[in-house]
Amino acid sequence: MSDLRELYQDVILEHSKAPRNYRELPLANHKAEGYNPLCGDHFTLYVDLEGDRVRDISFQGSGCAISKASASMLTQVIKGKTRAEAQKLFEKFLQLVKGEGNGNQAELGKLAVFSGVCEFPVRVKCATLVWHTLQAALEGKQEAISTE
Amino acid sequence: MNTVANQLPREFRPPRVQTVFDVGKVRRDFPILAQRVRGKKLVYLDNAATSQKPQVVIDAISRYYEEGNANIHRGVHYLSERATEEHEAARKTVQNFINAEYAHEIIFVRGATEGINLVAQTYGRANVKAGDEVLITAMEHHSNIVPWQILCEEKGARLRVAPINDRGELLLDEFERLLNPRTRIVGVTHVSNALGTINPISRIVEMAHRHNIPVLVDGAQAVPHAKVDVQALDVDFYVFSGHKVFAPTGIGVLYGKTALLEAMPPYQGGGDMISSVTFEKTSYNKLPYKFEAGTPNVAGAIGLGTAIEYLNGLGIDNVAAYEHEVLGYSTEAISKIPGIRLIGTASQKAGVLSFVLEGVHPHDIGTILDQEGIAIRTGHHCAQPIMQRFGIPATARASFGLYNTKEEADALVAGIQKVREVFA
Repeated sequence: MSDLRELYQDVILEHSKAPRNYRELPLANHKAEGYNPLCGDHFTLYVDLEGDRVRDISFQGSGCAISKASASMLTQVIKGKTRAEAQKLFEKFLQLVKGEGNGNQAELGKLAVFSGVCEFPVRVKCATLVWHTLQAALEGKQEAISTE
Repeated sequence: MNTVANQLPREFRPPRVQTVFDVGKVRRDFPILAQRVRGKKLVYLDNAATSQKPQVVIDAISRYYEEGNANIHRGVHYLSERATEEHEAARKTVQNFINAEYAHEIIFVRGATEGINLVAQTYGRANVKAGDEVLITAMEHHSNIVPWQILCEEKGARLRVAPINDRGELLLDEFERLLNPRTRIVGVTHVSNALGTINPISRIVEMAHRHNIPVLVDGAQAVPHAKVDVQALDVDFYVFSGHKVFAPTGIGVLYGKTALLEAMPPYQGGGDMISSVTFEKTSYNKLPYKFEAGTPNVAGAIGLGTAIEYLNGLGIDNVAAYEHEVLGYSTEAISKIPGIRLIGTASQKAGVLSFVLEGVHPHDIGTILDQEGIAIRTGHHCAQPIMQRFGIPATARASFGLYNTKEEADALVAGIQKVREVFA
């Protein structure tokens, strides 16, 4: 049960039940779809990019608690960031959920609640789906992203 | 005996004479079940994905490689002769198991998927033309959808799909209405892997045969749970996978009526499937070898034969009766959990309990149950059209085998209660 509580931290459960920035963004100039058909996780990410900076960001869709909370918290931390800052966070987040890196979670801020994911290798794809979707949105990719 | 049991198709009906099914003894035959996973007693409820193997099957495979390994059908030496005999004895065992008229009607393939592809690519390509139709149902596994899609795309034919109701039962009237002079073949599952529905195969075959349309039945989920008699059902093709019926992976069976198999072109070319080869012309071997190019999975066939003998020893009717009882018990217990919605509530079911839990994604259910040592499957179960039909992205599926117990059903219920606590 202790591992489970590490994975399903209260913050994660709370975000999965009441996701932030859960709406369509009519003014979005970037948009991408993340879809893991085996799990049934399916999200659309909307990004309003002003120059190099994310002015606004939102998402819609359905998925497991991990993928949904990840999407919700991504929108919170990415809003206002530049592309380069977003990329750096993405790399740090990947290291965290895969259990790699030096363990320094300071830069990740509240995203550190996903540290329990590394004990559940099959759930890494859930936590990272929306992050890969963000990359696709920023790069203007057309096809749906999958982490399966 | 309850009334539901009386309505079951004959092959799933419990025997009149009740015998004792000693599940404790059966469990000891399966060494993998004794282990603990994640510190908990293993509760294996993923039998629709694959079954575990009894010691006799594991031993038969080891013994073959330790004492009997040789290539078959061509050697003059002792080992080759012995391996050939064992391989063909396994074919005979399968023949008796499904009551085929002839041993040569049993084609060894890799699994149900390959069996369906074989029929689509041989019978299908020879008989389905532009404007023709192939009829399947809305509860098929991807393996009984995609091979026909590939065929229809190549030929300019049309894939028709008979609908199901909200309980997950085939609408027989609609099915019959879709049969027409352009229909070339029907593909239907015996038991749905995602819903557990048992289809009334005899009636389906009767309807199709009235239009002279052959029927292929996907028996992957039926064979572990019921006595299948291909002659009584009058099916034209029947496929199943060894690994779902306590045999190893990589071996399966295509049954076909002799006349159909004879008329079909070969599937793959190579050794064993020919009787003579020159660069100008090749003549093909007789059945079943015409469809068995290359060195076959000898150990797999021997393992399958042994698994069937094991099942015969238990008595498939006893197995069916016991499983019916456990599934009924589990269904009742799980239905009482608040927020549970069963997906697939057909009046006739075997082996499968698919469900969703309000406010919790199936994937999270799977992870939490896994921490309790309970193995279930979550996702779309290779049946995405069914998920679309029920308007859900995925389900959690507990699937039962002959070694599962009511205590394990209780453990499943306790596990789901834990899921509810985590997400409370």
